[in-house]
Amino acid sequence: MFKRDSVTYSIDWLVLLLYFTLVIMGWFNIYGASYDLDHEGSMFNFDFRAGKQFVWIITAFVIGGVILLLDYRFFNYFAYYIYALTILLLIVTIFIAPEIKGSRSWLVMGPISIQPAELAKVSTALVIAKWMSRYNFKMKALRDFIPLIFFILLPFGLIVLQKEIGSALVFTTFLLVLYREGMKGEILLMLSLFIVLFIVVLKYSATPITNAEGTWGLVLAMGIVLISQFVYAYFVNHHKKESWILAGGVTLLSLISIVLNKWVTVNFDYVAIAITAATALYWLIIELIKRYKKYLFPAFMTLVAIGFCFTSDQIFNRVLEPHQQVRIKILLNMEDDLMGAGYNVNQSKIAIGSGGFWGKGFLNGTQTKLKYVPEQDTDFIFCTIGEEHGFVGSVLVLILYWWLLMRILSMAERQKEAFHRIYAYGVASLLFFHVMINVGMVLGVMPVIGIPLPFFSYGGSSLWSFTILLFILLRLDASRLERR
Amino acid sequence: MRNNTFQDRRWVIAGIFSVIILIYIIRLFSLQIVETKYKIGADSNALLKKTIYPPRGLIYDRNNTLLVYNRPAYDIAMILREITDLDTLEFCNTLNITKDYFCERMKDIKDRKKNPGFSVYTPQIFMTQLYADEIANMQQNIYRYPGFYIQNRTLREYTFPYAAHVFGSIGEVSRSDIERDPYYRQGDYSGRDGVEFTYEEHLRGEKGVEILLRDSKGRIRGKYRDGDADEVPIAGKNLTLTIDIQLQKIGEELLNGKIGSIVAIEPQTGEILSMVTNPGYDPSILVGRSRSKNYNELVNDPAKPLLNRATLAQYSPGSTFKPIQALICLQLGGINEHTRFPCNGENSVPIRCSHYHGSPVSLLNAIEQSCNPYFWQAFRATLEKDGYGEKNSSFKTNYQAWMDALYSFGFGHKFEDSDLFEHVKGNIPTQNYFNRYFGETGWRALTIRSLSIGQGEVLATPLQLANVMAIIANQGYYITPHLNKSDTMLLKKHVTAVDSSCFPIVTEGMWRVFEYGTGRYYKIPGLDMCGKTGTVQNNFGKDHSLFVGFAPRENPVIAIAVVVENAGFGATWAAPIASLMMEQYILGKIDRHYLFDRISTSILNPDVQKR
Repeated sequence: MFKRDSVTYSIDWLVLLLYFTLVIMGWFNIYGASYDLDHEGSMFNFDFRAGKQFVWIITAFVIGGVILLLDYRFFNYFAYYIYALTILLLIVTIFIAPEIKGSRSWLVMGPISIQPAELAKVSTALVIAKWMSRYNFKMKALRDFIPLIFFILLPFGLIVLQKEIGSALVFTTFLLVLYREGMKGEILLMLSLFIVLFIVVLKYSATPITNAEGTWGLVLAMGIVLISQFVYAYFVNHHKKESWILAGGVTLLSLISIVLNKWVTVNFDYVAIAITAATALYWLIIELIKRYKKYLFPAFMTLVAIGFCFTSDQIFNRVLEPHQQVRIKILLNMEDDLMGAGYNVNQSKIAIGSGGFWGKGFLNGTQTKLKYVPEQDTDFIFCTIGEEHGFVGSVLVLILYWWLLMRILSMAERQKEAFHRIYAYGVASLLFFHVMINVGMVLGVMPVIGIPLPFFSYGGSSLWSFTILLFILLRLDASRLERR
Repeated sequence: MRNNTFQDRRWVIAGIFSVIILIYIIRLFSLQIVETKYKIGADSNALLKKTIYPPRGLIYDRNNTLLVYNRPAYDIAMILREITDLDTLEFCNTLNITKDYFCERMKDIKDRKKNPGFSVYTPQIFMTQLYADEIANMQQNIYRYPGFYIQNRTLREYTFPYAAHVFGSIGEVSRSDIERDPYYRQGDYSGRDGVEFTYEEHLRGEKGVEILLRDSKGRIRGKYRDGDADEVPIAGKNLTLTIDIQLQKIGEELLNGKIGSIVAIEPQTGEILSMVTNPGYDPSILVGRSRSKNYNELVNDPAKPLLNRATLAQYSPGSTFKPIQALICLQLGGINEHTRFPCNGENSVPIRCSHYHGSPVSLLNAIEQSCNPYFWQAFRATLEKDGYGEKNSSFKTNYQAWMDALYSFGFGHKFEDSDLFEHVKGNIPTQNYFNRYFGETGWRALTIRSLSIGQGEVLATPLQLANVMAIIANQGYYITPHLNKSDTMLLKKHVTAVDSSCFPIVTEGMWRVFEYGTGRYYKIPGLDMCGKTGTVQNNFGKDHSLFVGFAPRENPVIAIAVVVENAGFGATWAAPIASLMMEQYILGKIDRHYLFDRISTSILNPDVQKR
């Protein structure tokens, strides 16, 4: 049976073991989280969440087994069809799904409801792997790049239409896959920088500067832009002289405006913007004289950053919906409404914080048992781990995820086929994004975006889709020893 | 191996994954190990600490008769935030209150001026001290009113309607009590006066805590750790008083219709056998919800029923002062057992004598007949025995010695180691007082002559007078009068400035009062009794009727002082009352029914008649 080309021989047993461990731990925690003091149901009682989850787990194992029995070429051949089918499901869902908690994302079929958005993650991972593994695919070629972006944006847009912004944001994680396959690193960096600028502007836009006009938000944001310029010029391009002139000039201009403030009231918002705009001009002049061919893009991005920061407040107020604004404000400690919108995060921090080092013990958590934490068996399942198993248990779970991610990365790099490798990166990115957002939100460092914790959160759709996602990878990986 | 030129980027991606996971581990460390506020937050979330009040200690009399006990009562508390869909009308019917009362209560609770501890999250007392029959309906229907809770309490019950001033009462703690003693919480009760106040810590016990699990909707979901963390309340300790409730009862009956007070003390121990004041009140009216209404009525009553006259009213002792005067003059050498002074009866100067007896008069006769001129001359002889000296210094030295001696009898100061709730110090005029009034050399024995017969500036409480009788009974010492029957008080023995050799002749004189003098009609046959009547002039109408005494003459068991305000001669009212009290205590019953009935049914002041 253990032939060289059989699935049982070549399957990655470590990933399989990590998968089983996480699923079983999740099942126990769902039992703990939904445990009711009045009705001590067994873990197999199908009237309760843990019992239902048991059914989902068994069916997930069956689905996983079926996937392992399929031919590995199936996924490559049918990637477009699977994707098309999913898109169709997403469109149908928008029209026929009932509204549940403000979103229209659930397809109800008798006793079972499924969320097509979960399956869309798998099919999108497959389709971009298929497209990018095309012969002669070039990231820089627009005819290759534009369809690629379209493949990602189509499900993103459809899920936004279902009012599931959290699930839609998941698709941004494919940027990591694109980066691995050759997309410019600067795009990732710029994206991170703009997120930082957005946070800084919002967080400090209400903090006025004493004895002068303006707020700290723009001043700090411009400071970050200037420091980025300096780091880029000094440490990346080693243009030391130009860097020092920049630093000296900025310092001088800042000092002059501070001194000037003694006599005339200076609006530092405009000072910061003017100085930063001047640096953009400075780099353009350098470029014209020295022709380094390295500062056109930064100079352009500096101007974009100025515009971005200046309109950030507007973006925040116009693009985001009120409940999302509140969630972000709470995250930035701008609003401290503990009984209102901040209630979830505050209760989740209380639950985790009260766990201490060793935790309160299985089924002994008071905060989760007494329903202080909302959504405690779905999005906030990590609270139960934190409260009942303490620091030790929470760190163990995080390390298991880290181990799984690292293992998937190394699996990805050992694939001979580009399709397999790109798909593996898709799997790793999706898992990572879910863990980062979900755990971050429970720990109060990410905004409350309702996405599940892979393998842990209660729910068939999410467990099934992560199982399918992972088992397709296992099947593809197992084929590496097969003869072609 | 197509398109695999960016292989190194795997490390960047692995790095991003690792950094985020590491940040989260650090965040977990700070949340779960460094911060403690979340653990406290969790407890205040989920644990409802419910106070269990201990039963208060019971109070017994000296013969172990139960006087004060508890009966269960209930408070209705509410947590405003948890109240949902309240059918006000139905709720009011259940509690048998009007809707107006309900609205007023709610307004008062929400008014932070009246209720500074108001919060919608914490229990607020809606109604307090309801009896079981008042709350029976509510108890069955409490589940229909989420946010309302029933708390168990106890209320005082009294076996007898007597001795209200001895017991005192229990009331809600004030803000300053809460700040002073961390034991108390808003809405707790503590002794406000009497022994309930003095022995508060002895009687109150230790509160217990029941820790309950409360879910996010505020529903109780069982006991935390199955009750392992609960603290069982410790009942308050019982208290045995020195009071003899039968004697107290007789005393209160005898004072019916009169304003006055009686203090009876066991001389050897300083134990207060009874402390009667009239007008008084039934202690049970200051319990429960009617407390504040009744209390206001008592406060506004012009007869001042809340005033404990036994310890708070001060009178000139009048003739009852004469035995003390005799003792001090003997001690200071102004007179001796054989000293006689002339008495011109009504023509005596500067103080008249209102009795008819021979002259010159001896000490024994002077006490027996209450001869004013004798005590004036004895007083003068004592103060002037060394002449006046330069700038009256010799006279003043002797006055100081006289004053100090009085002080040692418990006059002019409070009993500082006493367990009495409130008592006043009376008054003995000091040298400074006279210096200020008459100038440094402007006063002589003649100036202060009224002091010689217990009039003028000298003031004493009935308690002090009874204590003096205990001193004479003990031949020279007293134990601080007290109410708690415990032996530790016996250590607090106070010896007076008068030598025990001076006492027998005074005792003899006081015995003669009952044999031949003003008390002879009230002698209990076959019992040697000692006493002294007093008829005290005052500015508020008829003379006060006073009597002090002790009995039996040998091995006395009761010392007593009786004051009946504005009643006339001491011999008419105070003496028979004291005699009947002694009879009750020494013989255990009263045989002179005619006398008891006459006194107890005599209404001297219709305003204070028992209703």
